[in-house]
Amino acid sequence: MKDKNMGINIEFVEKIFENRRRIPEEFTEIALELRRDIIKSLTLAKSGHSGGPLGIADVMSVLFFGGYMRYKPKEPDWAGRDRFVLSAGHMAPVLYSSLARAGFFPIDELATLRKYGSRLQGHPGLEVNLPGIETASGSLGQGVSIAVGMAMSDKLIDKTDRKIFCISGDGEMQEGASWEAAMAAANFKLDNLCWIVDNNDCQIDGRVKDVMNIYPLDKKFESFNFDVINIDGHDFNQIISGLDQFTKAHKAGTGKPTCIIAKTFMGRGVSFMNNQFGWHGIPPNELQAEQALDELR
Amino acid sequence: MEKITLLGQKPTRHGFGHGLVELGEKYDNVVVLGGDITGSVMTSFFKDRFPDRFFSIGIAEQNATTIAAGMALSGKIAFFSSYSAFAAFRNSDQLRISVCYNEANVKIGGGHSGITVGPDGATHQSLEEVSLLRALPNMTLVVPCDYQEAKKATIALGEMDGPAYIRFGRSAVPMFTTENTPFEIGKAQILREGADVAIVAAGLLVWQALLAAEQLEKKHGISARVINNSSIKPIDVETLTKAAMDCGGIVTAEEHQVYGGLGAAVAEVVVKNYPVPMEFVGVKDTFGCSGEPDDLLVKFGLSWKEIYASALKIIERREKKFIGFRKLTDIAAYSEDM
Ligand SMILES: Cc1ncc(C[n+]2csc(CCOP(=O)(O)OP(=O)(O)O)c2C)c(N)n1
Ligand SMILES: [Mg+2]
Repeated sequence: MKDKNMGINIEFVEKIFENRRRIPEEFTEIALELRRDIIKSLTLAKSGHSGGPLGIADVMSVLFFGGYMRYKPKEPDWAGRDRFVLSAGHMAPVLYSSLARAGFFPIDELATLRKYGSRLQGHPGLEVNLPGIETASGSLGQGVSIAVGMAMSDKLIDKTDRKIFCISGDGEMQEGASWEAAMAAANFKLDNLCWIVDNNDCQIDGRVKDVMNIYPLDKKFESFNFDVINIDGHDFNQIISGLDQFTKAHKAGTGKPTCIIAKTFMGRGVSFMNNQFGWHGIPPNELQAEQALDELR
Repeated sequence: MEKITLLGQKPTRHGFGHGLVELGEKYDNVVVLGGDITGSVMTSFFKDRFPDRFFSIGIAEQNATTIAAGMALSGKIAFFSSYSAFAAFRNSDQLRISVCYNEANVKIGGGHSGITVGPDGATHQSLEEVSLLRALPNMTLVVPCDYQEAKKATIALGEMDGPAYIRFGRSAVPMFTTENTPFEIGKAQILREGADVAIVAAGLLVWQALLAAEQLEKKHGISARVINNSSIKPIDVETLTKAAMDCGGIVTAEEHQVYGGLGAAVAEVVVKNYPVPMEFVGVKDTFGCSGEPDDLLVKFGLSWKEIYASALKIIERREKKFIGFRKLTDIAAYSEDM
């Protein structure tokens, strides 16, 4: 890749990446940009996870740039913000890209991913003070409980109208801890919690149903007293409608947490990565990156 | 003593994987449980060879550890392997009660251990498990130095009765022991004779200890005894005490926190039997971070240079008796004019 500065045009970036209500078509460009960032930063890093981040990029586009989350990039600790927890910490590249594009830190910094001294650690951490990161994650099944703890703190103690968004992997649902978090979320009636499961049916060793079956996922969450919304995680209309439903439930005070099960494809957007679990934890080489970027126009 | 030469580079995890296959061939009751990363910790070798004795448990380290205990209580030699970050910490209660208290014949393969996991960063760089595991009653703990030793240790742990943990790494590391190098649980091996100072190391720091000994000899005429202390529990009281008697000072080196690890284990033996000055090379009470493995070893002070500088500190301390109040994390730094 010749473009070591990742080809940044700041004015364009600011216009495209406003966090506001928009029509589905507008997200296409954003999601493409996130996917290009993911490819570029991983290629420069020479290690890291391609599949998950590419697959959840459409959901992240709507979540971060569709007006669903309140945040002030220049004031990351703003008390009125909503909070986002990436429980599947290995998907960090898509979070870093979203935060950079939202203006939390310079986009050039994406080129430092996984390098010594970088704030963009292989898995997110608080120690490095990267604006927008709310917690360390990377040990699967912990971020979801962090999100529950934040939601409890807001709803039961501080009585704020803050929303907590959390994304977990579907392989991550094999951790018992994930279900302990789910139990607590319903027990404490956390209607301020929106838990999105990235259901790509892929993990390191293969298909989730083959490695350790977690299905039926929606029925499980329903029986745990969640409001469950099944969506196609690549259909912007459905992502929008899912997040709208959560927002309404939160406003109405249903007393139930929301789980959005987003059916996605690992590696979505790049033909040779699409739906291939082999791409869970490797970066593209330079040649593959060129082809990928070609497809992501 | 065999003459030590560099025989190439290979990850210790391959030794674990190949050792498992050998065990599987020898014993029908060896079973292996997978935690989704079988291709990383090389239980995939066993899975391919003995698919009927391999069980995928998914990303559920607590469950896998306890299932292993259940299988062990039903007469199996049950292995479970994941990254040390999750195979020692996520499941530590299960290890304590279901495995160790039950004296269950469970063997844990802790992979991707230490700082050399590299770019994955702090969450995946387990640097505390030696301290945790050696405190568990009934636990046997081995940290092999290279591919061959990892293979031999895996087989030895499979053949002993009771709970055991083998800690190995991700990256390719120097190979310098051979099929003929002895390995015995509870025994340390002297890899290089010396009488001025002893260097006791485990894991990939053993090679660095050999390099340090060479430099000490070359630059200062100091003869350093190098001991591979792969068997951290049980520990070789005799060899370590003799090292203290013969050399009058010990440097320990490990890819682990200085608190509670190999250094502490050796210090316990030395203080109890024959107190001599000791210096501790290891991680200084901090978390790791992303970076390339070789760079991180240097940045975190885990190379022959700190071992070398620490050996000189021992000699200085022997002469002066007291050189100031120093914390365990104050580790001698190398400089060119040393
Ligand atoms: C507690 C824990 N165990 C194991 C791992 C190693 N690991 C990292 S990602 C991953 C697979 C996760 O699968 P999924 O949540 O479906 O994410 P995807 O592969 O779809 O990106 C595993 C096993 C981990 N990070 N944490
Ligand atoms: Mg998945």
